[in-house]
Amino acid sequence: MTHAIEVRNVYREFQQRSSLGRARGAVCAVDGVTFSVAAGDVLAVVGESGCGKSTLARLIMGLLPPSSGEILVDGRSLVCVDRRERARLIQPVFQDPFSSLNPRQRVRDIVGLPLASQGDLPKARQSDRVMEMLARVGISTEMAERLPGQLSGGQRQRVAIARALVLHPRIVVCDEPTSALDVSVQAQIINLLAELRRELGLTYLFISHNLAVVEHIATEVAVMYLGRIVEHAPTQDLFRQPMHPYTQALFASVLTPDPALGVPDVALGDAYPDPTNIPSGCRFHPRCPKAFSECPATEPDNIRKDGRLVECLLAVDNQTRADRGDGSVAHFQLDR
Amino acid sequence: MALVMPNAVLSIANLRVSFPRMEAVRGVSLALNRGEVHCVVGESGCGKSISALSVMNLLPRGAVRSADHIRFHEHDLLGMSERQMARLRGDKIAMIFQEPMTSLNPAYTVGSQMAEVFERHRRTTRRQALDRAAELLARVGITAPGMRLAQYPHQLSGGLRQRMMIAMALMCDPELLIADEPTTALDVTVQAQILRLLHKLQQEMGLALLLITHDFGIVARMAQRVSVMYAGEVVESGPVEQIFKAPTHPYTRGLLDCIPVPGVTKAGEPLGSIPGVVPRIAPGFLGCGFRDRCTLATAECAETMRLRDAGADHFYRCRLPPNWKQGTAP
Amino acid sequence: MKAAHDTYAPSKRWRLPTFGHFATLLGAVIVATAFLVAVFAPYLTPHDPFAQDLNLRLIPPIWMEGSQATHLLGTDQIGRDYLSRLIYGTRISVLIGVLTVVTSGIIGITLGILGGFYGGRIDAVVMFVITCRLSIPLILVALTVVALVGSSLTVVILTLGLLLWERFAVVARTTTMQVRNLDYIAAAQAAGASRAHILLREVLPNIANHLVVVATLEMALAILLEAALSFLGLGVPQPLPSWGLMIAEAKEYMFFSPWVIVAPGVALFILVLGINLLGDGLRDMLRADLRQWRS
Repeated sequence: MTHAIEVRNVYREFQQRSSLGRARGAVCAVDGVTFSVAAGDVLAVVGESGCGKSTLARLIMGLLPPSSGEILVDGRSLVCVDRRERARLIQPVFQDPFSSLNPRQRVRDIVGLPLASQGDLPKARQSDRVMEMLARVGISTEMAERLPGQLSGGQRQRVAIARALVLHPRIVVCDEPTSALDVSVQAQIINLLAELRRELGLTYLFISHNLAVVEHIATEVAVMYLGRIVEHAPTQDLFRQPMHPYTQALFASVLTPDPALGVPDVALGDAYPDPTNIPSGCRFHPRCPKAFSECPATEPDNIRKDGRLVECLLAVDNQTRADRGDGSVAHFQLDR
Repeated sequence: MALVMPNAVLSIANLRVSFPRMEAVRGVSLALNRGEVHCVVGESGCGKSISALSVMNLLPRGAVRSADHIRFHEHDLLGMSERQMARLRGDKIAMIFQEPMTSLNPAYTVGSQMAEVFERHRRTTRRQALDRAAELLARVGITAPGMRLAQYPHQLSGGLRQRMMIAMALMCDPELLIADEPTTALDVTVQAQILRLLHKLQQEMGLALLLITHDFGIVARMAQRVSVMYAGEVVESGPVEQIFKAPTHPYTRGLLDCIPVPGVTKAGEPLGSIPGVVPRIAPGFLGCGFRDRCTLATAECAETMRLRDAGADHFYRCRLPPNWKQGTAP
Repeated sequence: MKAAHDTYAPSKRWRLPTFGHFATLLGAVIVATAFLVAVFAPYLTPHDPFAQDLNLRLIPPIWMEGSQATHLLGTDQIGRDYLSRLIYGTRISVLIGVLTVVTSGIIGITLGILGGFYGGRIDAVVMFVITCRLSIPLILVALTVVALVGSSLTVVILTLGLLLWERFAVVARTTTMQVRNLDYIAAAQAAGASRAHILLREVLPNIANHLVVVATLEMALAILLEAALSFLGLGVPQPLPSWGLMIAEAKEYMFFSPWVIVAPGVALFILVLGINLLGDGLRDMLRADLRQWRS
């Protein structure tokens, strides 16, 4: 069976230039990423700013070519697909609906753009499909004549979703679709995305830093740190038992609305992740509360087990120990 | 009203802020004791930031402020001249903003900006001020403070900048710290670290902390008292446990239902949501600002709504009785 | 995470009229009047601006002694009606201003958008061309070209148009670079839109307001340069009633008949002032507009 998205050993570097235009070395925003998403699934990519998750999204949408590696969307490489076909396959929903809609175009034209770009649909038919889609996401006919500046944030994000779905693509890349919205509006948008997925059989790549939202909507989660996926597992497994110390720290920093719990101690060092200066060995070791002598020297391998992936030297230890039968992977499980 | 406390560090009564075409704050009252963390929570446009800025008298042009009183200890902030306010700001009352980059001058080093505050308020030498700055940077967990003092704001990461802003706010030993969304621009792990730091410092120094946020997670973990704001009004206020255990105003309830909680909300089931959008309050608006989005609204809601007592120091502004939906708190 | 906004802010903000408002309005009125005068010049002129009458040389304007009621602003040294010449002069100034801005706008905006949008080598080339243009002494080249090719209206317009595009290019380039990184450009690319659509429909409308401000500045500059060239005898050829030419012709008579030099001078000053006031006002409005998008 073909996967909806297949990413094979993808690298993406950006040349950094000094003000005089001389190359100052490369920043590796995506550093050897491999994963696949089955049709109908929702893969959430979580991580902090600068971890490369937005670059990854652009690579998958074919808006950026990878430096090396291969990306297949619905079994096809986007590098060889023409723009019209690509638009029918995969569509984005961006974070900030204040910058993802052209402020000088009417809602009707914004949502109609993917159809107009196909160039083979009569105008009247285009207009029908635009109105149909707008109605589906809860935007009234009267609002279709407005400019984005005259809509609220939630309404704008609905328009952005309508634009993404008007061509009936199979795959939607949602890049932090709710993090610029208010809580009550965020819930409306998440519900809408979940509904649309069920109805239209969509596959989502859902980029987020909000683990609570991720748990609610995703079927699988990949945790990114400085350009690499350090843990990848089905959502339930990951939330039951996060294995990578970074995942554990991310989970610890989720502030559930429970006044009985105080401010959590994430136990991370103050070293801030800097993509221009990636640490040796395990790239997480300067902040890792569980780092030991080997971590700065040895790059951890991918450990795959029970449909999960984790990239940590401790997991190697645990696995060999588990293989020998004297310990379990649950060894460094988070107390929750 | 029980909100007026005799020994409060900050006490605001019936604060109103209006702009030419809208009312941003409509009668907000709150009080804050020494060593207390009071969270003001609400969605954007609810007037929470404007309320905070009006305490500092830093409102944007065109805003008109009025109140029964705004008191800092026994000083009446309402009647103070700009000069007197400037003497308090950064000294006894300090403020931290969401985006440190916009409140720092990119042309000066961290050290000179921190020292300047101290020199101005305490009339010390630059040397003493820099020593004090280094001491505080160490206190907010910045390693190698000597080096950091010589750096420029853009050379620091977001987390470091916010630590620096906290250190800067604490330079003159303030009694009241107003933090407006201090962690909203930060990554989750850094947010947790900064909140922990803020909590620790607040405890150690006995600060009164007025924390403005939109995140109920932060409220739950940081606050002792909460004021939930909607459309320029405090719709519910009380001790944090009460608010989360027995939210009474339909808006607070609705909002808490909207938040996905790992392990509690069922994946695949729709989240609770509040239909409609936040209204704009035009001058002359009366009654509950939430009534257009509320499923329980009646004609009564269009009249001036008074504050009701739910017991246990818990107040809310709604026509419904306190036990209207017993035992179904989210 | 940015602060979220879900309130709809109405897009119009009315304030009490200020000096800035008044100045903008004044500028708009001046510019609009000049355009109308330019378009309807044949219907407004009391006399043929080219008709000479050596019997009626240097008649003073209506408010001075010795004036004639038929010549409101008097006549020039060869007896042509001064008001009529002034009105036709508006036509020349406006024509020069508009056509120069159109020519230079097309060149500058094309270069700027291409450089700003594609970056890399294309941008390096664009920047090099801009730098070259900035290194050319504007007046000297204009003088040389006109001296070599011979002076005519077309030559003046083309010379100025081919020289005055650099501000368009710089502004178009920087604003395009800002717009290029916005998500709606990425969304249009993902929607399968063509490059032409992205540049013309997504980028151009969003930088247009900046370009309008540049256009006013350039128009004022072009009008002044034409006047200067004509004054030097290298611009619009006689007998066309260019204001610069009128000033040049009048300079020998200025001591005894000062109005011949004052009238075109004042006309030039008022038109350029009007354009600049309008430009300033547009820039302020644009800033308010930007502030609103940010908020």
